Amino acid sequence: MLTVISFYLLAFISIASAFMVVASKNPVHSVMYLILTFFSAAGLFILMGAEFLALLIIMVYVGAVAVLFLFVVMMLDVDFVELKQGFLSYLPVGVLVAVILLLEMLMVGAAYFAGETKTVVVRDAGISNLEAFGQVLYTDYAGVFEAAGFVLLVAMIGAIVLTLRKRDGVRKQIPFEQISRTKETGLKVVDIEPGVGIE
Amino acid sequence: MITSLIFFWSDLSPMMWFGLKLAQVAAFVLILSVILAFLILMDRKVWAAVQMRRGPNVVGPFGLLQSFADLLKFVFKEIIIPAGSDKSLFILAPLITLVMAFLAWAVVPIAPGWVMSDINVGVLYVLAISSLGVYGIIIGGWASNSKYPFMGALRSTAQMISYEVSIGFIILTVVFLAGSMNLSEIVSSQAGGFYNWNMFRFNPYNTYGWWNLLLFPIMFYMGILFFISALAETNRPPFDLPEAESELVAGFMVEYSSTPYLLFMFGEYLNMTLMCAMFTILFLGGWGAPIEIGVQFIPPVFWFMGKCLFMFFMFAMVKAIVPRYRYDQLMRLGWKVFLPVSLMSVVIVSTIVVFAGGAS
Repeated sequence: MLTVISFYLLAFISIASAFMVVASKNPVHSVMYLILTFFSAAGLFILMGAEFLALLIIMVYVGAVAVLFLFVVMMLDVDFVELKQGFLSYLPVGVLVAVILLLEMLMVGAAYFAGETKTVVVRDAGISNLEAFGQVLYTDYAGVFEAAGFVLLVAMIGAIVLTLRKRDGVRKQIPFEQISRTKETGLKVVDIEPGVGIE
Repeated sequence: MITSLIFFWSDLSPMMWFGLKLAQVAAFVLILSVILAFLILMDRKVWAAVQMRRGPNVVGPFGLLQSFADLLKFVFKEIIIPAGSDKSLFILAPLITLVMAFLAWAVVPIAPGWVMSDINVGVLYVLAISSLGVYGIIIGGWASNSKYPFMGALRSTAQMISYEVSIGFIILTVVFLAGSMNLSEIVSSQAGGFYNWNMFRFNPYNTYGWWNLLLFPIMFYMGILFFISALAETNRPPFDLPEAESELVAGFMVEYSSTPYLLFMFGEYLNMTLMCAMFTILFLGGWGAPIEIGVQFIPPVFWFMGKCLFMFFMFAMVKAIVPRYRYDQLMRLGWKVFLPVSLMSVVIVSTIVVFAGGAS
């Protein structure tokens, strides 16, 4: 009974907060609702017994991705009133996306209930979530896994290259030089002639 | 006794379980809060002693009741909410900080079987919850609608995210060695004496044999890195850039007063004690005695609390004697030193674990 109660609670919260992501006026509040959505989705995963996946969602999406969202949204200089104008002109596109998503979900559901989907089979019972993941991810799907890692690496290098620019006239700190400074290299003793000054 | 406890919990009806667990959590929170009140006093006393002051010594004998007097003072003050602030988020931020700080304690094993929830992915849970602690700070800084809090929040968030990465890798080495993400199992894998603890692995007669002599320097170094990362993660000096009072007044907490400020402060100290507990569990063998001869009459919880206290003392000493870092140096240390070093150690340790064929 506790499972049922928690399922409906989490499901309700996730749908309601997903709605509020779109509906709330302030973008920062939107991101907050998005975080709540992620959080309840993680709760649903725990109810299904996938605790590893749930904690990974919290760590990656809530702990890192949503923080960056929040960073960007907070630093945007947007006029909220202006943002709301012309809201309805995006309606056709939104409806189109919604219909496509709904159709896709219906297709998947239909395939599932027609019994045409493959079911996931646990290799040996009694192992934890984590071990089950490891066994599949680093054996059967090792190639795909590495490819995914490679794509992320390329994306990272791309981001670095995009933001890397050479600027002239900027004085850069070289930590090595700062640390390796000694009395001999950093200090000069000068006898000052009266009325002459240094150099 | 432990198995009978497990049967006790699994035999209960759901409602009964819910009620009992709630009472357990409430008792734990209460005890932890009282302990924390004295730890805060200890922090101030150590700090004072280093500077040759007496510290708080007026309220109660030796100033023992100072924290409770402070509590009353904060609670009875008026809550001031800035006019331009986002009111709901402004109040929510300290609550998030405090709740997340308490939540992580749910998986911390204090003695054999003394754990709120003995889950298989305990390490991951602690990492996930501590990564949520950022939200209290960033929301608090933004909701204040003021410059200094916002800058403090940005600094703090960048700092915490950076050091979380290296902390994750350092914890991973310990997880590899123990072969489990369950915190209780990580502790019991270090049982036997101080020479089995992850910080000082120089016992060639346990799981990894003579490989321990190679693991010892790596893990010792990892322990030091974990301690420094924990300082940065909890915004303690020398990494207290978010609240650098010479630059940002008090960082993200500028606009906070009375109870919300108290919650922030309390959450911060809770996070510190959590880090002390994590260090104890991951590197100092948790509840295990340093030498297991002739000290069986001492309950394991004593060792755990003693080690935590020692770690807290170290935190307090660092605050007292180390000057503050510059912000760019802090970020460089995190990304260019700690991250590569811990990543390299993960590679080396996992290779040794596979090669020596220890944990399955």
